[in-house]
Amino acid sequence: MSEYVFEPWWVVAILPEILLVVLAIAILIFDLILPLESRRNLGWVAAGGLGLILVLGLIFSRPTSDALMWGGMLAQDWLGFTFRMLFLFAAAITAMFSMDLPRLGNRGEFYVLMLASTLGMMLMASSADLIMLYLAIETTSIPLYVLAGFLTQEDKSTEAGFKYLLFGAMTSAIMLYGFSLLYGFSGTTNIYELASRFQQGIVSDATLMGVLLLVLVGFGFKISAVPLHFWAPDVYEGSPTPIAGFLSTASKAAGFAVLLRVFLAAFPSLAPYWGAIIAALATATMTLGNLLALAQKNIKRMLAYSSIAHAGYAMIGVVAVSQLGASATVFYLIAYVVTNLAAFGVIAAVGRITGSDEIASYAGLSRRSPWLGIAMLVSFLSLAGMPPFGGFIVKFVVFAAAVEAGMIWLAVVGVLNSIIGLYYYLTVLKHVYLYRSEDEGKPLPVTRPYAVGLVVLILGIILIGTVFAPWITLSGSAAAGLF
Amino acid sequence: MQFPILSIIVFTPIITGILILLIPAERKTEVRVTALAAAIFALALSIWVYFSYDIPAGGYQFIEKYSWLPQFGISYHVGIDGMSAPLVLLTGVVMFTGVLISWGLDDRPREFFAFLFILATGVFGVFVALDLFMLFFFYEIAVFPMYLLIAIWGWKETREYAAMKLTLYLFIGSVIALVGALAMYFTSGLGTFDMLELEKAGFSTDFQILWFPFVFFGFAVLGGIFPFHNWSPDGHVAAPTAVSMFHAGVLMKLGAFAALRVGIMLLPEGAKFHMGWIILLTLVNVVYGAYIAMVQTDFKYVIGFSSVSHMGLVAMGFATLNADGMLGAGVQMFSHGVMTALFFAVVGMVYDRAHTREIPRLGGFRKMMPLVTLAFIIGGLVSMGMPGLSGFIAEFPIFMGVWGTAPWIAIVAAISIVITASYIIRIIGRVFFGQVPEEFEGHITDVSVLDKVALVLLSAILIVVGIYPAIMTPLVESGVNNILRLLGGA
Amino acid sequence: MEIVSNYLLTFILFSPVVVALILMLLPRDQENLIRWVAFILSFIPLGLSIALWLGFNSEQPGFQYQEQAIWYAPINSSYHLGVDGISLTMVLLTTLLTPLAILASFGISDRVKAYMVLFLMLETGMLGVFLSLDLLLFFVFWEIGLVPMYFLINQWGSEKGERELWGGRKMSARNYASFKFMIYTMAGSLGLLLAIQMIGVVAGTFDLLKLYEVWPSLSQPLFGLPISTVKAIAFWAFVIAFAIKVPVWPFHTWLPDAHTEAPTAGSMILAGVLLKLGAYGFLRLVLPLYPEQSKMYAGALGFLAVMAIIFGALASYGQSDFKRLVAYSSVNHMGFVVLGIAAAAFATGTEDANIALNGAVLQMFNHGLSAAGMFFLVGVIYERTHTRNLNDFGGLFPLVPVYGGILIFTSMASLGLPGLNGFISEFLVVRGAWPIMSVYTALAMIGLFFTGAYILKGIKMVLHGPINEKWVGHISEISAREIVVIAPLLVLMLWIGIWPAWILNVINRAVMMFF
Repeated sequence: MSEYVFEPWWVVAILPEILLVVLAIAILIFDLILPLESRRNLGWVAAGGLGLILVLGLIFSRPTSDALMWGGMLAQDWLGFTFRMLFLFAAAITAMFSMDLPRLGNRGEFYVLMLASTLGMMLMASSADLIMLYLAIETTSIPLYVLAGFLTQEDKSTEAGFKYLLFGAMTSAIMLYGFSLLYGFSGTTNIYELASRFQQGIVSDATLMGVLLLVLVGFGFKISAVPLHFWAPDVYEGSPTPIAGFLSTASKAAGFAVLLRVFLAAFPSLAPYWGAIIAALATATMTLGNLLALAQKNIKRMLAYSSIAHAGYAMIGVVAVSQLGASATVFYLIAYVVTNLAAFGVIAAVGRITGSDEIASYAGLSRRSPWLGIAMLVSFLSLAGMPPFGGFIVKFVVFAAAVEAGMIWLAVVGVLNSIIGLYYYLTVLKHVYLYRSEDEGKPLPVTRPYAVGLVVLILGIILIGTVFAPWITLSGSAAAGLF
Repeated sequence: MQFPILSIIVFTPIITGILILLIPAERKTEVRVTALAAAIFALALSIWVYFSYDIPAGGYQFIEKYSWLPQFGISYHVGIDGMSAPLVLLTGVVMFTGVLISWGLDDRPREFFAFLFILATGVFGVFVALDLFMLFFFYEIAVFPMYLLIAIWGWKETREYAAMKLTLYLFIGSVIALVGALAMYFTSGLGTFDMLELEKAGFSTDFQILWFPFVFFGFAVLGGIFPFHNWSPDGHVAAPTAVSMFHAGVLMKLGAFAALRVGIMLLPEGAKFHMGWIILLTLVNVVYGAYIAMVQTDFKYVIGFSSVSHMGLVAMGFATLNADGMLGAGVQMFSHGVMTALFFAVVGMVYDRAHTREIPRLGGFRKMMPLVTLAFIIGGLVSMGMPGLSGFIAEFPIFMGVWGTAPWIAIVAAISIVITASYIIRIIGRVFFGQVPEEFEGHITDVSVLDKVALVLLSAILIVVGIYPAIMTPLVESGVNNILRLLGGA
Repeated sequence: MEIVSNYLLTFILFSPVVVALILMLLPRDQENLIRWVAFILSFIPLGLSIALWLGFNSEQPGFQYQEQAIWYAPINSSYHLGVDGISLTMVLLTTLLTPLAILASFGISDRVKAYMVLFLMLETGMLGVFLSLDLLLFFVFWEIGLVPMYFLINQWGSEKGERELWGGRKMSARNYASFKFMIYTMAGSLGLLLAIQMIGVVAGTFDLLKLYEVWPSLSQPLFGLPISTVKAIAFWAFVIAFAIKVPVWPFHTWLPDAHTEAPTAGSMILAGVLLKLGAYGFLRLVLPLYPEQSKMYAGALGFLAVMAIIFGALASYGQSDFKRLVAYSSVNHMGFVVLGIAAAAFATGTEDANIALNGAVLQMFNHGLSAAGMFFLVGVIYERTHTRNLNDFGGLFPLVPVYGGILIFTSMASLGLPGLNGFISEFLVVRGAWPIMSVYTALAMIGLFFTGAYILKGIKMVLHGPINEKWVGHISEISAREIVVIAPLLVLMLWIGIWPAWILNVINRAVMMFF
């Protein structure tokens, strides 16, 4: 441990995390001083604060070189940085989308919990040590359990929180067991050292693969990969809509961040084995997710299955075990986070007024509110992978990675799946644009936070979908550190 | 730097589309006027491009190239050659006439024109793309507005089914082609999606033979090739008039054109290997399509299947891989585009007034709509390949090309001409001449001036190209020469 | 005038279209104006063709007044026009008959503008066939003529009559006739189209003057078949297309329907010019392009011609419909044209062949005159009586003596009475064919016997016999306008009958150039 001597830049590197804590405390204080009727504005504080942190992070905390810090607990690299900024962005948007929800937007603890969870995710993305990693995962998960069950008056919400907790606890225990075995075999908890230790052949590949499977259970839960996806539809359905969005985007991206780091950085030698397993999982995840999404009547459940499917696409990049593959996954997640947030944003905005999440209740949306209709159109088409939206280019890059790695079959599976996907996304759009409803005359007001958030997201989707180069550069440099 | 005319053509529609969305929904007239202005602008530019293409110089002209995604070797690279120039013009024409025809549309015209224009941008983009990625990008942009346009403004009976079927078919085709394109990209080792570079990649024969069917059929689905033509009549029928015009008139060319540009031009050896049996499929297209058209009783289905038949001729021309066949296919793409736009416009006008398309229930429309009748007759004659009109100019070389490769196919395919003649004559006789059914007596009005302008323009183009083919054929020939060079003079 | 004489053929070819365009600009309801403008302006092509006739140098071999311009460069087809004696005669016939037909259709009152426009389009189509020296261009005009004719029959044909189709569905007779006309001719030209394509692919050009040299001398196998087989197939493709148009037995069944249902002027043009297109196709394309095949199959062609002569005459005799009778007579008369051609094809280069061919071309011209005249006269009486049934007439001579005289005169020309034009041409054909195909010629003479029979039958049943009382006071004499229509025809019939040299001279030079 002696090789790590404190250096001042360590503080700068984790400046966002520090500021996040400060912001959380500030919100707690505001919560006390603000009168109840204006406590909704805590959302603006959280969102503004997160935005500010994002800007400050982009200016000051950009990684200069790949290095470990804080006693080898955290890594400073572009992979972590990219994901951390992404989480901040997602959290800011989620805060905005939550503001106008009753019994949610005006409660300080809601924002604090969300910030705590964000902090955990950010640590997940940059942790370089199994212990740190585990702590970060728990820091992420525990507030999320609470948030999922935040609406205690609603049975579904309570059920969601509880279910999430049970599943989370169980998979986390299995993963922890895996971690302990890794430590037991190698004598180190540092992810980067694991690689060199295991290359000496301490244990047979078969044993090691067994251990990795245990670890994969934990990660798989986070990214809701088949067969660990059961929780997702129920939890998404029950949770407050913005939280469901947060779960399906930031939390999932965090899972991918650690998946990428652990598997690619620590176990490249076993890539043929785990590659095959993840390839199988990716296939199952995509296919099952899409097929089950077809049958859904509730839009949140449908999006839950669709987000399962999207995890499958993103996993294709991991399977490719290449720099292109890793950067494809990162890029995929960037676009996916932006897109899916937009989709949940629209649902939150609509559900808030109509009080229903049934797909049928979206009939006539484009007549009630043309702009929400357009937002829905853009985000769903992006999810389906249509240009000029972000979803197209990232699917393209992911499939390119598969083809480059010689896994044309996987690309074909992905392609076929995206066709199924197109079908159910279009089905929803059909309700939005085609069907008429009796409520058409009723207005569907869109409050300012939704408007701002959605405009930002829609522009983001189009920006990603038309100007690719900077994003590819970013995700490329994020992936570069893994090899 | 030269004037970026192609980019302006490509982006005019989509920018207009976005502007239209910003107009308040209830100000429908402003929406229409804006749309028309943009359509005229795009048409004027495409005419200008068409006529200022330097034929003796040949090759790709009006080239613009900007880096788009350098990491992948993707660039925004546009240019036109003799094959694509007529298609750009065609798109301009159909866009313009489509707007005129849709003037009376009253249900959410704002969204309608916005989607239609996004579609137009996709179409223009594909025709001018010289970068494989860019081609896909715009190809997909062209596909998805179609869904909405059909599903929202289409014929109530079948629109949902047809729109979904169409979108899924096309999407499947395009993503399969996409996989092939990726394989090309990585196999070439050039690290570029630039088609001008990929042309020189020198793929191994085995590679080409393996991948050619994926790429070719992936795109040819949109060209309506047998046995993947099934989406097209349903789609045509369900679509609103302007969309049918766009769909059959331009979108099907998109498939054929992309199959040519990506399939045949980049994988010439594969093309040579496979065309022997593909030409048989196109024969089925031509004859079977015509036959099915003949037995339809729904006016619009007749036209829908006739498109399958005529687009089969395009594919057949490509499949000959010789100068005559390709030349004919190039002209046929244009000619059929204009012709079928005319047809669907007429069908729409009849349906709007009669509220039925069952041929036995229609009759005597010449009395109410003389100009429409004349236009349909001209279109019908083009469809029959009557000399003196553009259809003949297109089909004749196609058949010559087929003679050069498989004489008996030419003989069998010629049957379709008689079949086509019989159903066209039947429609003319039934719908436009004959007795006016009592239910229509007195309350069928003639079409508006705007409709007439559209019909006259479309008919005039068909006649001009037919009488004076030199206005188009040398241009297409220069494009064909370029393709033949890639095929190694085959 | 320089420009007119340099591009005389183009002016002749497109002046009807220009007239049609002018007509389109006239107001729809000014029917009389439209009629007169169409009639007067239709003299422009006639005047130009007379100028052409006068300027034509019959001593000079080959095609004259040639024009060539780029048309469809990528497949080596050009806008190539030219005339020789044969086409010159036909051009004259066409431009002569058109004004007469227009004048004859002054009685049309339904959509006059469209009618006149179509008529003029038809004229351009026919002229184009006669003037083209490019195979593709030939085909273009060949097909273009179909469309106006279709609509003329379909829209302005006789309104009565119904035909029962298979399945018991009924359709009006004019629809049936026009559809049959269209499909027959299109199906026939399909083979022609394919053969033209094949020739284009093999020879690499469509220019007739080049093809005359390249195509007959081609000797290497094509498409894996021996060249003789390919040529034989292509030969028959050409022959069938033209045989349908002529029409030669057994391809003639469209003709009675089409003729019967067409409006009077349509029948005049149909019989007068359109049928000549087929015969002209034989002369211009089949004989020069397939000399060997023509010789080989001349016997078969001669046989068909004789059948056409005999059966045409018999069928004609059996009709009770006056117009149908005249229609079948066309089959009969055109049989002589084909017989002459067949004989000439069999014995190329001989004196006899030359005579036969001269006869055939002259017969084309003569039949144009007499058939047009006959159809017109049928139309005249139909307009007055609204019936064409021969049994309804009878003894009309005393009621309409002028009309009767004209009818007898025209019938005699058609019959081949010496001193009138029909005699000259039929005699030439028979004289030329006799040494070459004696048996067929002998049989044809039997046919000629029946010709006499049916014509006399027609005259008898219309003009002679007991007066059918119901027409007394109900039938008016032929009008001045109608006389103006028929008069030029009568003059020409007589003139050629008495002094055929002026036209035969032109034809003969062209025929001699042929071999």
